[in-house]
Amino acid sequence: MARAVTNNRKAINTGLAWLIGLLIFFPILWTFLTSFKTEAQAINDPPLFLFFDWTLENYAVVQERSDYLRFLWNSIIIAGGSTLLGIVIAVPAAWSMAFVPSRRTKDVLLWMLSTKMLPAVGVLYPIYLLFIQLGLLDTRIGLTIVLMLINLPIIVWMLYTYFREIPAEILEAARMDGASLREEILYVLTPMAVPGIASTILLNFILAWNEAFWTLNLTAANAAPLTAFIASYSSPEGLFYAKLSAASTMAIAPILILGWFSQKQLVRGLTFGAVK
Amino acid sequence: MATQHSRSAARFMMAPAVFLLLVWMLVPLTMTLFFSFKKYLPLRGDSMANGLEWVGFANYVRFVGSSSFWPSIQATLVIVGGVLVVTIVLGVLLAMLLDQPMWGQGIVRILVIAPFFVMPTVSALVWKNMFMDPNNGLLAYLWKAFGGTPVEWLSQAALPSLIMIVSWQWLPFATLILLTAIQSLDSEQLEAAEMDGAPVLKRFWFIILPHLSRAITIVILIQTIFLLSIFAEIFVTTGGAFGTKTLTYLIFQRVLESQNVGLGSAGGVYAIILANIVALFLMRIVGKNLDA
Repeated sequence: MARAVTNNRKAINTGLAWLIGLLIFFPILWTFLTSFKTEAQAINDPPLFLFFDWTLENYAVVQERSDYLRFLWNSIIIAGGSTLLGIVIAVPAAWSMAFVPSRRTKDVLLWMLSTKMLPAVGVLYPIYLLFIQLGLLDTRIGLTIVLMLINLPIIVWMLYTYFREIPAEILEAARMDGASLREEILYVLTPMAVPGIASTILLNFILAWNEAFWTLNLTAANAAPLTAFIASYSSPEGLFYAKLSAASTMAIAPILILGWFSQKQLVRGLTFGAVK
Repeated sequence: MATQHSRSAARFMMAPAVFLLLVWMLVPLTMTLFFSFKKYLPLRGDSMANGLEWVGFANYVRFVGSSSFWPSIQATLVIVGGVLVVTIVLGVLLAMLLDQPMWGQGIVRILVIAPFFVMPTVSALVWKNMFMDPNNGLLAYLWKAFGGTPVEWLSQAALPSLIMIVSWQWLPFATLILLTAIQSLDSEQLEAAEMDGAPVLKRFWFIILPHLSRAITIVILIQTIFLLSIFAEIFVTTGGAFGTKTLTYLIFQRVLESQNVGLGSAGGVYAIILANIVALFLMRIVGKNLDA
């Protein structure tokens, strides 16, 4: 920035921004802190911030009582599986749209986007019924497929915007040198596309991890991921704030860390390239 | 130049994605349309195998005629509108603040973005219990500390509370996109205006806001599409009680809780039409951008 900014003004900006930032972050921080309290301390009046007897007991209880690891495993399988499956299907499609565009490419892209806008509740019963018929209800494979399909348009779009930035001349040069289509994709395109593919994977993993319509409605005991695990805490039984906090911390911590790495790609991925 | 060979290879490579999305869209959509014209109550013995009774537009008429329909439309509009206003106004202000030079900008950004990564069930439950609970919630302590009577947030002020929770989740999204847009603003233009003696408000109104208009439109459209179908937040906080039954939640109750598939499907068709109206505007903007 070319403007000279006085240190005074910078200090005010800093103070204000940190205050607001901490305020926005506070619910997460509070959940984290509460997860280390005893249940009695969690509802202490006045509220305790840092000076309480830190304990890991809640984490052990949550794992023991509701088998956190099983839900975690389901979340990893479903979010990871749907993302990788989506990538395998989307890379060739995005590649062909970016490098061999036809007159219809734009329409195809927009149509793909439009499927994303179909409200899930509008097709809830058909999917529910198909899942029963096909024996997919409450299975990880069923949920993996559904999450892959709802995120496929975003994956194709993100990859498309990344691929479009790769200069086509390089591919042509490879072709001139006699590279086959397979070699062209494997040795020329892929190395250049890795950063784009990586951020696409990251963002879609996060979206799939947090998806809470299909995961709540299509699972029961077997395939339930962390979204459903947390929802089971919605009917309180006695003192449970500390345990709820421990469960919540465990459900969001992995994704929060991944999310912070992906913040730069977030805008591109979520606005379909309309804001850069 | 693309050869004939590479063109047909390209079509072949697109085929799986196009085919899957086509099936994913057409099959359930056709089924929803089909059910919406049928009397279908699985709990009372109706089944596809025995054949379903054709009832014409009866489900559509009944869905709109039910006493929960207009309140659900109202709740949907209040939530979507409320969240949009809160996130856009605060988002613009926050983006402008974050664009200023400061110490520790990266960390502040991380703090502000964090709520976006919290899964909906967690944020709804944390807010419901640890903040909005009238006995042990943090807000109740705050109220008592200032001599007030704690509010039963999720029953006495259910809609504002929900707007607050959902806004907390979506403010990072709006801020991030608006910040990206602000950063692309030509700072020389602002400096020139400043030197010409334009006051802060005028600079905001005539330079910054027009520059942001496109980003704001995109935030509005994308958020609207997601907000029209919020589910988990209502599911774990009020369960649709206290006037928070949105169109999405009403359809969910008709289909899965009372198992009136025909009626719920008619509702689903309404929801699809509503979402498509919003989607049309969004697609136009995105489509224009593709040409550029």
